[in-house]
Amino acid sequence: MTNQLILSLIVAIFAGGAAAYLGSLMVAKKMALVGDALGHVALPGMGIAILLGLNVSLGAFVFLALGILLVWYFSLKTNLSTETLVGVMFVTSLAIGFLIVPEPELLEALFGDISNVSVNACVISSVLALVSFVIINQIYSKLIMINISEDLAKSERINVKGYNLLYLFLIAVIVALGIKVTGTLLVGALVIVPAAAAKNFSKSLKQYAYGSLVIGVLSGIIGIFLYNLTGFPAGPLIVLTSCVFFLISLIFKK
Amino acid sequence: MVEQILKVDKLKVELGGERIIENLSFNVKKGDVWVILGPNGAGKTILLRTLVGVLPYKGKIEWKKNIKIGYVPQRLPMIKDIPINVMEFFELKKVNEKKIIESLESVGIGKEILNKKIGDLSSGQFQRILVAWALIDNPEVLLFDEPFAGIDISGTESIYDLLEKLQKNRNLTILLVSHDLNIVHKFAKNVLCVNKEMLCCGVPKKVLTPGTLNKLYGGNIKFYSHSHD
Repeated sequence: MTNQLILSLIVAIFAGGAAAYLGSLMVAKKMALVGDALGHVALPGMGIAILLGLNVSLGAFVFLALGILLVWYFSLKTNLSTETLVGVMFVTSLAIGFLIVPEPELLEALFGDISNVSVNACVISSVLALVSFVIINQIYSKLIMINISEDLAKSERINVKGYNLLYLFLIAVIVALGIKVTGTLLVGALVIVPAAAAKNFSKSLKQYAYGSLVIGVLSGIIGIFLYNLTGFPAGPLIVLTSCVFFLISLIFKK
Repeated sequence: MVEQILKVDKLKVELGGERIIENLSFNVKKGDVWVILGPNGAGKTILLRTLVGVLPYKGKIEWKKNIKIGYVPQRLPMIKDIPINVMEFFELKKVNEKKIIESLESVGIGKEILNKKIGDLSSGQFQRILVAWALIDNPEVLLFDEPFAGIDISGTESIYDLLEKLQKNRNLTILLVSHDLNIVHKFAKNVLCVNKEMLCCGVPKKVLTPGTLNKLYGGNIKFYSHSHD
């Protein structure tokens, strides 16, 4: 196994695992497509980063964070749902993104590429994914409570607005990491598919959250090996692997 | 003298520019059982949510200092979509298993339910779980929104019996929202009739006059009181 392949494998495991774990919250909150739509919000940021010769993930993250702050702000100011607001943000960004991302880089931005990750990028991605995982783990039960009922959460003196903002911020970090693996078009799959599969066979929250995590990690590993074997792009292979897990999980669904 | 635990004075609630509650004043003493009565859309649930402290208001809501409030909301539609079992639902409150089992027993449910998924429970079971969940921190007062909604008659009777038992054993103060007149006579020591504003407040037999009910429900509602003794 080459060093380059090991780096790709590490990124796929950490980014895929953290995205799947966070995804279990997003699917429970009926926000599955938010991750998908947010992937596109990153596109203009990536375009600007490419034009200025900056780090593409950083450009993606800045735009994601900005997008999420706007969504959070508008959700407090209007009666529109998060999903609707993300939808508006998503098409706006996609249109701008197509205009400013240079054509040669567009394909990589859309479908991702982890075949040439540097050691630095690998370390940064893994640390960010790990830190995000720990934070999500700490606030998981609070977010579930908010999801069950904001009133109930408030009556338990949980700072609903604060936790929701932190949660959206974590989504921005995870989506930015995931874009490196699958690109903006498929990043939603990293959060949706493992959680959807885990939900099919879970009888408890623990099974669900950790089941999703395990499926995310396994999809990353198997996807990278398939990439090594076939030479097809890794991103779509990882996504397809998780889809196979989803199909298998259907057998266990009552 | 019986301790006063809640004083509401000239309460006003506005949501999205609409006046929901106007000029509401009442006092609750320890051990009281209040039914907040009114037609659909009268602002009963809003009142309860305001008392819990989740909505902004004008006027005065004064709870006894450091009082513990247990709140049972009307419905939790989202919970059925989350694969969470009964044990984990209680663990959201960071309580230990012994306390969970005790609390379940106090609402007449055995510990075999702990590993069941919330989504698989019947509405009657789920209602009891919610009561146990609210009671687990030993609150002094229980705020309960439409406890009998979506439950059949035998379930209604048993939840009513349960609340009566809990009230006696724990000297619990209960504020219960309902649109059902029958519950008032069966259960309430005090009744608060609301339809945006306060239409009556006090002992049911005294304040629930045909005139008040007419104003409250706006139709020709007849109310028969009957005694069980």
